Amino acid sequence: MTLNERQQQNEALRSEFLRRSGVDVSKCYQCGKCSAGCPVGDHMDIPTNKIMRLVQMGLIDEAMQSSAIWLCASCVTCTTRCPKGVDVAHVMETLRQMAKDHNCVAEKNIDKFHTVWMNILHKMGRMYEPGLIVGRNMVTGNIFQDTSFGVPYLAHRKLKLMPYKSNNIDEIKRMIEKAEAMDREEGGAR
Amino acid sequence: MERVGVFICHCGSNIGAVVDCARVAESVKDYPGVAFSTDYKYMCSEPGQEMIQNAIREHNLNRVVVASCSPRMHEKTFRACVAKAGLNEYMFEMANIREHCSWVHAGRNEEATEKAIDLVKMAISKVCNNEVLMKGHAPVTKRALVVGGGIAGIQCALDIANNGYQVDILERTPSIGGKMSQIDKTFPTIDCSACILTPKMVEASSHPNIKLITFAELEKVDGYVGNFEVTIRSKARSVDMSKCTGCGTCMTKCPGKADDEFNMNLRKRTAIYTPFPQAIPNKPVIDRESCLKFKSRKEGKDVCGVCAKLCPAGAIDYEQQDELFTERYGAIVMATGYEQFDHSIYGEYGYGKYPDVISGLHFERLVNASGPTQGHIVRPSDHKEPKTVVMVKCVGSRDPEHGKSYCSRTCCMYTAKQATMIRDHCPDTKVYVFYMDVRTPGKLYDEFYNRTREEYGVEYIRGRVSKIYQDGETLRVKGEDTLLGRQIEIDADMVILANAMIPNPDSERMAQIVGIGYDKDGWFTESHPKLGPVETHTAGVFLAGACQGPKDIPDSVAQAGAAAVKVCALLSKDQLETEPTVSKVDNKLCSGCGLCVPVCPYKAISLETIQERVAGKTIERQVANINGSLCQGCGACTVTCRSGAANLKHFTNAQILAEVDALCQTIL
Repeated sequence: MTLNERQQQNEALRSEFLRRSGVDVSKCYQCGKCSAGCPVGDHMDIPTNKIMRLVQMGLIDEAMQSSAIWLCASCVTCTTRCPKGVDVAHVMETLRQMAKDHNCVAEKNIDKFHTVWMNILHKMGRMYEPGLIVGRNMVTGNIFQDTSFGVPYLAHRKLKLMPYKSNNIDEIKRMIEKAEAMDREEGGAR
Repeated sequence: MERVGVFICHCGSNIGAVVDCARVAESVKDYPGVAFSTDYKYMCSEPGQEMIQNAIREHNLNRVVVASCSPRMHEKTFRACVAKAGLNEYMFEMANIREHCSWVHAGRNEEATEKAIDLVKMAISKVCNNEVLMKGHAPVTKRALVVGGGIAGIQCALDIANNGYQVDILERTPSIGGKMSQIDKTFPTIDCSACILTPKMVEASSHPNIKLITFAELEKVDGYVGNFEVTIRSKARSVDMSKCTGCGTCMTKCPGKADDEFNMNLRKRTAIYTPFPQAIPNKPVIDRESCLKFKSRKEGKDVCGVCAKLCPAGAIDYEQQDELFTERYGAIVMATGYEQFDHSIYGEYGYGKYPDVISGLHFERLVNASGPTQGHIVRPSDHKEPKTVVMVKCVGSRDPEHGKSYCSRTCCMYTAKQATMIRDHCPDTKVYVFYMDVRTPGKLYDEFYNRTREEYGVEYIRGRVSKIYQDGETLRVKGEDTLLGRQIEIDADMVILANAMIPNPDSERMAQIVGIGYDKDGWFTESHPKLGPVETHTAGVFLAGACQGPKDIPDSVAQAGAAAVKVCALLSKDQLETEPTVSKVDNKLCSGCGLCVPVCPYKAISLETIQERVAGKTIERQVANINGSLCQGCGACTVTCRSGAANLKHFTNAQILAEVDALCQTIL
């Protein structure tokens, strides 16, 4: 298929991406600094700069279906170091959201982990690690994954068995709501 | 009686760390002719020079040898130094014990010292044979010739003229203006090329110090710096310039048609024509190849003549012939510019046969308001607006296998400029640019390129195009995106190639006529890539603009100004010093064979008849005669002369043999 046809196919996705991310990807000049500093870059199927290149060329479908966007740990090293001021981490985030909406999530378990994580945050206003481990293991079906870490962590008092809420759970909730509202606006939460 | 002073320089540690300078000075102390020898840290320094001058006075020296760096570096310094102490400056010799010894033999100090001693002995033997020579003087013709009437030539002529000197612009085509007049807009400011060029053209044509010689070619250059004798062929215009008023009536009814070169053959022009509306001089010429009258004359008939009937001034002159005339100039500036590389050698790009695969200069004409499409960007094949345009960079550039090894420097910017112009004219048209590297080192250039991508939405794809082929109505472009590492195909309506810049096809012949050097690609060679960028190896000939190498307009204009300064410095002198190191013929030995005459590159040798008394009778015979002011001292005649009659002053056979003897004595 020619590039023109591929771009034609992607036209709707491209404008959706631009609207949701608000990132001007044309600024990227492919220096590779984002890939160079990425802590999980070694494990990505498509390196960060190639994700940027795909997005730049408007081949959103391909970027969206990659596993790389799910491995991204949102550490924001790429954004911090980008010489052209491109918010690379936000590109990754937008691609993840779009992948969910378009039902093409490549790393389903990571996506489920995110869901559990957000649910706990909503309920507790902060992280509750045993809940996160159990919840993640339940939804992914890997019941005993990482359980061997539990005993030493408990012994070192790194985990508390009983649930604990944030003291200012209302404020946390307001923050989350505001962030979600901003994300629905044009250009995303930027 | 020779009294030679020998001075060995340490050049800091450059020589001193390798060569034992004190030992060198000591070992030549008793060499025949030497009256004094010493060593010093820096001979070229002021105390060093004073040391030489004091030694000349104290030891009554009449010859001096300095062993130090290359004569290219300091020969002038030391010649001036000995002259100050009252010696003739040619009673001085330099032994190069740095470039020829210490630098190349570092770490082999013992052998280097031995070699330095040999080199110094050779110089001593030579200087003992040196003769007193006097510099000559030649007058300067205070007038310059600029060859080429493009922007570089125009700017150079204006700068010279504004300094108060007479200057002629020699232009081969009917009008000055050059390539810049064909270009629509200029980067990085997108100002109209004609709008900034035509005022300069008008200024040049109306300047009291500038004379335009258009539709004329360089035929022959004789003479030397300050006194060039240039023969110019004024081609037959078939229009009497003194009568023509430039009204243009003659062109309205002309039935002869030819491809319009100015518009890159995208349309036809009449046989009697001016190349473009703002042409200067705005007086037409008849192209005899396409004129019906001249064509019919070849067949023995005599038809048409419409232009002559229409001309209200009676300026049409079918009988005009080429005219040769000779002018004298003090300096010559070469500003012959460039041509566009012919992409038809690339089979993969369609051998130049697809009408919709065009070059950058074609595009300039397409987008120009006075061009063949009145500035509408349309496909040449069907005059439809292209919806997808692919641009390909480095066509002929950076391709040592099929094209040129060099980067043409301007293509990255003109491609970016043309891409933005397409997006401006046709906002719905997609533009893709295939590139290997983007090279935009110029003021506001990289910013312009980034705007092209970010604001104009031009898509850059890193990789060369492998093939372009016709696929129905469109052109299929196959390339590689090396950033993604995959093949890419694009259906394009039009492809614009960024062709390389090559020298004017005539450049090599021109260089031979003027007597300057050119490189493997035909660009004129400057005298030094860093420190002599506008000079040539031939004194009095300078370079301006793209004839020296690919250059954009700002660089051409800057170089034109630089060349003008050099010309003015030359013309500001009333007399020029000439080197006395020229050839001399010994009439007693000369057999008059004349072999040296055609060998001389400066046409300085002629045969003359002399009278001699032989065995009581007066006979006449021919001998070679050398014009000392034309001779540049190259020595070609001395090696050609079978009887050894020709001898180069300061490099005579006796002097060179003395050096060889000095060297051989040590070996034996």
